Amino acid sequence: MTGLIVGIGVILVVVILFTIFRILRLINIARGSDKKQASSGNKANAYLMLGFLIVSAILLTWYSVDEFETYTVPVASIHGVEVDRIFWITMIVTGVVFVVTQILLFYFSYHYRYREDRKALYYPDNSRLEVVWTIIPAIVLSLLVFSGWKVWTDITAAAPEDAEEIEILGYQFAWTARYPGKDDQLGNFDYRLIDAENQWGMDFTDRSSFDDFSPLEIHIPKGKPVLFKIRARDVLHSVYIPEFRLKQDAVPGMPTRFWFVATKSTAEMREETGDPDFNYHIYCTEVCGRGHFSMRVRLVVDELEDYMAWKAEQQPWLQANPDYLAKVPHDLKEVAVISAGLDQLENNQAEKEN
Amino acid sequence: MATTQDQTYHEEGTLTHDMHEEEHHHGNFITTYIFSTDHKMISKQYLLTGIIWAFIGGLLSILFRLQLGFPEMDMTFLKPLLGKWITDTGTLDPNFYLALVTMHGTIMVFFVLTAGLSGTFSNFLIPLQIGARDMASPFLNMLSYWFFFLASVIMFASLFLESGPAAGGWVIYPPLSALPQAIPGSESGMTFWLVSMALFIASQLMAGINYITTVINMRTLGMSFSRLPLTIWALFLTAVIGLLSFPVLFAAALLLIFDRSFGTSFYLSEIYINGEALPNIGGSPILFQHLFWFLGHPEVYIVLLPALGITSEIIATNSRKPIFGYRAMVGSLLGITILSFVVWAHHMFVSGLNPFLGSIFMFLTLIIAVPSAVKVFNYLTTLWKGNIVFTPAMLFSIGLVSVFISGGITGIFLGNSAIDIQLHDTYFVVAHFHLVMGSASFFGLMAGVYHWFPKMFGRMMDKQLGYIHFWATFIGVYAVFFPMHYIGIDGFPRRYYSFSTFDSFNTFADLNMYISIAAIITFTAQAIFAFNFFYSMFRGRLAPANPWKSNTLEWTTPRHPGHGNWPGEIPSVYRWPYDYSKPHAKDDFIPQHIPFSETPESNLPHENNLIGIEQEGEETSKVDEPNAK
Repeated sequence: MTGLIVGIGVILVVVILFTIFRILRLINIARGSDKKQASSGNKANAYLMLGFLIVSAILLTWYSVDEFETYTVPVASIHGVEVDRIFWITMIVTGVVFVVTQILLFYFSYHYRYREDRKALYYPDNSRLEVVWTIIPAIVLSLLVFSGWKVWTDITAAAPEDAEEIEILGYQFAWTARYPGKDDQLGNFDYRLIDAENQWGMDFTDRSSFDDFSPLEIHIPKGKPVLFKIRARDVLHSVYIPEFRLKQDAVPGMPTRFWFVATKSTAEMREETGDPDFNYHIYCTEVCGRGHFSMRVRLVVDELEDYMAWKAEQQPWLQANPDYLAKVPHDLKEVAVISAGLDQLENNQAEKEN
Repeated sequence: MATTQDQTYHEEGTLTHDMHEEEHHHGNFITTYIFSTDHKMISKQYLLTGIIWAFIGGLLSILFRLQLGFPEMDMTFLKPLLGKWITDTGTLDPNFYLALVTMHGTIMVFFVLTAGLSGTFSNFLIPLQIGARDMASPFLNMLSYWFFFLASVIMFASLFLESGPAAGGWVIYPPLSALPQAIPGSESGMTFWLVSMALFIASQLMAGINYITTVINMRTLGMSFSRLPLTIWALFLTAVIGLLSFPVLFAAALLLIFDRSFGTSFYLSEIYINGEALPNIGGSPILFQHLFWFLGHPEVYIVLLPALGITSEIIATNSRKPIFGYRAMVGSLLGITILSFVVWAHHMFVSGLNPFLGSIFMFLTLIIAVPSAVKVFNYLTTLWKGNIVFTPAMLFSIGLVSVFISGGITGIFLGNSAIDIQLHDTYFVVAHFHLVMGSASFFGLMAGVYHWFPKMFGRMMDKQLGYIHFWATFIGVYAVFFPMHYIGIDGFPRRYYSFSTFDSFNTFADLNMYISIAAIITFTAQAIFAFNFFYSMFRGRLAPANPWKSNTLEWTTPRHPGHGNWPGEIPSVYRWPYDYSKPHAKDDFIPQHIPFSETPESNLPHENNLIGIEQEGEETSKVDEPNAK
């Protein structure tokens, strides 16, 4: 019933609009205004051009100033500050061009609206002017590119030797991390070794794998270079941490990397943003399927000493999954048991039993 | 003087036209309206198909805007339309959300702004503006439309598949698009997508060869390249870009088909999915991205250049001024054409590309901003001291320049690889390309339709409705896309089904709602255009011979140009197409087919020298520099 009423209402509105249209058309024909080169509508459009310029300039300024805090992301990495710097330089330079060209466009449209008594200026070209406004943008753009290029080469340069290596693995629809453990060496992997528990395809014929661990929550230190070694298991994903200005695709079959230095711990960011629930997250920015929008993991930035303490507490993966000792070659078994801390575990248990 | 001549010409035209009618009007309904080889009919077929696709593509975007703007909304009322894609709890299925985004992109980029824009206006304007009877190969031309039609049918059919249409984004990056177990859209939906696109590419190649051949070989006497209207330059270069880049997409699609169906590993390597390690090793998903963007970036210019050409013509005509810097305009079109092939990897700065390669592409990308800037400055100077008539076409052209500036400027951010790290795949990108490519090309399309409707259908569109349509659309696109910059700067990723699940991304719930409302209003306002278009086709005021007092050749044809366009001889061309408001001329325009010998009062010195030899036709084009001082 409501559907019917709405339907009738819509039809009525359409009929009314159509009638108005017919009447206005007839009036125009009677006036003969449709025969003129520029009718009264011409003036109205000219004023609308000016009006649009003014109103949108006000809205733009108001929102950009008033909501500045809302739409900017606090920055928490060393290279992020540089990225922001060239972002805002570009914003100012292009902003000036934007404002000037838009004003000229709408002002010219308004000011040079049709008048019967005037003739347009025959002005087909001016080589000097054209050369000038080819060269000036070229110079300005070169400067922008050059400053961007310097930042880019710094960001993509090889990571420092002492960087904390962490492997980030993306899969539908979550992130997981693997840390190198006490030996500071991530073990080899092979995607054919992946199974329900061994999500990374850790290769236990490599002795570096024995002490690797994977925490539930990803921790990184503040003020120390961190190198993300990024992998994907199934489709493309992209590691994205807005506060660090960090983004790097995760590609199946082709590990990628990104290194950075975090400058604010989670606690500091909570203070800065005034949000006690603030947390860093790794998001996914490459469409990866149904759960793409919810693919994220929490990331905690600790002070260096807290991070070290946290790291020391972590249990090697092999320790929690001793079944995988079976995959370790015979000659390495002893090393594996020690590296994974399985011997201590046994001792502890033995002590408890005693 | 010029007008009187124009009129006499037309009277003669109608006379001979009557005699011609018996010769040419022997086609039946099928050969005239369906399998027509006439370029004007084919162009109308492209236009109509494009308009239908535009409404479908727009509707899809409204569906996902509902989801983004009103995430809590009960969408049960859409069940009759979407069926099982609305879950029992009344929410939109996330897989279908991705399918909507994908199909919206594909349809708009390829079917509306490629086929609908350059298909319509290349077909319509090339023969009419260069003075040719038809395309070089009318049959190939017809074939091109019907390949496009077939592609359309297949793409449309894919919307109704059980597993849904393609859903990996319009860029269809593998492995997502290659593995049916990764997303349902990669089942038969992706197969349909690939087959449809293969046919579409074939259609574009046939069309492109035709456009290029026609422009090179079939120009009328005196129509040298330096006298070509900028529309033709733009459409010609668009065809060149398409011809060189579409085959690469075909290769990409073909290899993807192999990977999907025949077990090859071009794009697949070391994949473990659904508890199973796939045997593929050694492929590279990055290879696909290179191949895709080798078309994908030139594609941006394929949709943009025709719009720029159209507006150049319309802005000059309605400012009653010559286009400023004709040679610079042609030069920047050429520059854009060449550079469009060497910037593709700026879409891949964070894809795992070698950072050194990233640097190279950053430099190349920012060079392409120079010709674009030159075009903007030239448009502005053309408006300066003009005598501007606001036809709906002119409004859309001015609108184009505005959105082209707004969207072009954000390209300088994204082309800078260091800034792109943060902005890549966020709403900033969405805002950028919807303004610079989506809206600008759409405005070009609309400007073209309003401007050449009288030539297409012999009737005028309603001006007042055109005004309302323009302002609703112009304010609408800014209202929809401008706020997305803020959302993007705040780091919101694109292609997210919902933001409400995250506290940190929930800041813009109100802005998202506002964008959705603006989008719905803007979309609804397009009904005004649809009404105006179809109503005027049958009931519009009869069009005068040259309603905009324009210089180009198409306005010398009869009101309804028959097969062969000109009933008598094809007019010769004696001057460039931008002699508007020439000092001392009797009228404020002098069409291209008026010889200098008839306009002694307004000729420039070097033009007077041509009077003796211009009748010799082709010769003149070699000595003549139409806009030299």
